[in-house]
Amino acid sequence: MDYESQAWVAALTAGGSERESAVARLHELLLRAARFEASRRRDSLARVGAAELDDLAHQAADDALMAVLRKLDSFRGDSRFTTWAYKFALLEAGVKLRRRAWEGRELSLDAEGRPSLPDLRPSPHADAETSELLGALRTAIDTELTPHQRDVLVAVTVQDVPIDVLAERMGSTRGALYKTLHDARRRLRAHLGAQGLRVGDSDA
Amino acid sequence: MRDDERLIGRLLGPAGQEVTCDTCFEQLDAYVDLELAGRDADAELPGMRAHFEGCPACAEDHESLVALVSRERR
Repeated sequence: MDYESQAWVAALTAGGSERESAVARLHELLLRAARFEASRRRDSLARVGAAELDDLAHQAADDALMAVLRKLDSFRGDSRFTTWAYKFALLEAGVKLRRRAWEGRELSLDAEGRPSLPDLRPSPHADAETSELLGALRTAIDTELTPHQRDVLVAVTVQDVPIDVLAERMGSTRGALYKTLHDARRRLRAHLGAQGLRVGDSDA
Repeated sequence: MRDDERLIGRLLGPAGQEVTCDTCFEQLDAYVDLELAGRDADAELPGMRAHFEGCPACAEDHESLVALVSRERR
């Protein structure tokens, strides 16, 4: 572990005023990271005022501080301490900002109330192979996947719903939904590959 | 890349082995420090790059961490 990282860990595990001072410095660092993330996402949050954005950054920094202190024992020095700490702030800020950007937005649903899948018509310039693959994919999504796999795949990859926004709405977690997405993709790859269609090198 | 190919890529995801979202988060800081040190992060932490291709949220977290750490070290 590099010297600066050791110093952070030592100060955060010390007692009294040394720890208080280190926690305050850490919060400043996390707030800087959260504000950086808010600034990067300003375009997708044009309707959100500067004060609310800064409030979200503060909430993200507060939550990240709790996470960093709770997981401090697991920091092994595989990176610099600041890089390790920043990722918690960026994660918290990213989740909060994506959810805020999608607040009040509804998924596009079909007649059965499920995420709607368009026809996946190839563009006029598509070659025959691409057209065939898209057609086979459209069919396989309806015939080879479970309803849950289909809904997650369509929402995330076609409708571009952020996976943590979808997780919140489905009462699930990002990790669980990504597992569903991964399984759905493997099933599609295996099915299309068995039909002799070229889908790249598959791990399925 | 044309829209058709991009859509097919999003639907089918990465071809290679990839880590989970949880593992990606665990290794993200080490991966970024390796990248910024000019080392072969993909060889040392396999499965991360494929996961970024398949998971837009983790890809955004990765891009943000690279951008932030790069800026802080300038």
